[in-house]
Amino acid sequence: MIPGPFRYRRVSSVEEAVSLLAQLGSDAKVLSGGQSLIPMMKFRLAEPNYVIDINRVPGLDFLEERDGLLRIGALVRESTLERSPLIRERYPILHDTALVIADPLVRNLATVGGNLAHGDPANDHPATMLALRAQVVANGPKGERVIPIDEFFVDTFVTALEPDELLTEIRIPVSPPRSGGAYLKFERKVGDYAIAAAAAFLALDESGHIVQAGIGLTNLAYKPLRATAAEQVLIGQPPSDELFREAAELAAQATDPVSDLRGPADYKRAVARTMVFRALRRALERAQANG
Amino acid sequence: MERVPITVTVNGRTYTAEVEPRLLLVHFIRDVLNLTGTHIGCDTTSCGACTVIWNGRPVKSCTVFAVQADGTEILTVEGLERDGQLHPVQEGFWEEHGLQCGYCTPGMMMTAVALLAENPDPTEEEIRAAISGNLCRCTGYVNIVKAIQYAARKMRESATAGVGGA
Repeated sequence: MIPGPFRYRRVSSVEEAVSLLAQLGSDAKVLSGGQSLIPMMKFRLAEPNYVIDINRVPGLDFLEERDGLLRIGALVRESTLERSPLIRERYPILHDTALVIADPLVRNLATVGGNLAHGDPANDHPATMLALRAQVVANGPKGERVIPIDEFFVDTFVTALEPDELLTEIRIPVSPPRSGGAYLKFERKVGDYAIAAAAAFLALDESGHIVQAGIGLTNLAYKPLRATAAEQVLIGQPPSDELFREAAELAAQATDPVSDLRGPADYKRAVARTMVFRALRRALERAQANG
Repeated sequence: MERVPITVTVNGRTYTAEVEPRLLLVHFIRDVLNLTGTHIGCDTTSCGACTVIWNGRPVKSCTVFAVQADGTEILTVEGLERDGQLHPVQEGFWEEHGLQCGYCTPGMMMTAVALLAENPDPTEEEIRAAISGNLCRCTGYVNIVKAIQYAARKMRESATAGVGGA
């Protein structure tokens, strides 16, 4: 399959990208890893007149903790996340997520930023970022803007990014003591989109009660979901299987999956319930080990 | 139609060409450079038949534009053999019968070469994880895993011999 014709612009700075975007607007698409954009262009589902390649922009591949935040630059590849000792040791939920995205070859190019900016409810990082209360940093003609993750996903393939804005960074609050997270995905085969997947993040106080809870869901609605009612029921409680079952039930009720080749809606909702329950259990194990 | 000049080093040799931005890397390799060892399978980022090593990492060349490779280095299956000697990974696929129809083989071998460069002594599980983006519809993967284990052994032995002999 051959994509439609387009003009190619390789930029060497964020400013250059933003000024081109301001000029071209929705006529242009930003190319980072390209592992979603290029397939869409080959299917002619996307036919941008301009492709702005940001891969040579220096200084966008940082992955570090600074000022109380984990900062992930827009050009950090999934394979970098997968191999990072910082991520494996301190953010296992992100390690879980990177490992189940597509396959190792795709992950060598695919970026974490692109996984969010694509706005696909079937992508895996949105759920993780919702559970972790991330922030997305966008650069536009008016400068930098920080978008809370709860406001970022607007509709299927639609995010809060304006046509003249570039996603430059993802910020995640550094995990507090006695916290842990996990991402669990049920898929038909390696590399497939989820039938259902759940991200869970828990933080405990000194007495072991839950003080912070985040639950994100993948491919279970028209956009990535945060299961707020399920989170609420966990806050202030001592963790138990019974409590987790109740939260999982509330999370499943919040979903609105479509019946398709991956199964009927009822089945997906049932899988979602199980994924949330198991993700909460694993998050708790990790939080308790992280005393 | 816009055409862009690019310079790409493939298997150590530098090529220059003017390409349409929409030209896929795999088409550049096969149709412009006539290096047809890199195969096109699914053409939808699934099967890995088109795997090449780009700047040290295996990628699916059906999902990269040739213009992106400007000024960079690519290794394809044609670049594995040296002075008439098969690469240990190629030898492994030969000795362990790591293929039947051979369609996935070039991509499978490029992934294996990159894996062994990063991890000279992978477990079976690590090998299976590494090749999980390369689909084979013939052999059931058992002999492919053996072929990569053969190559790993051989490369470790020759690395040790090299140190000893130096």
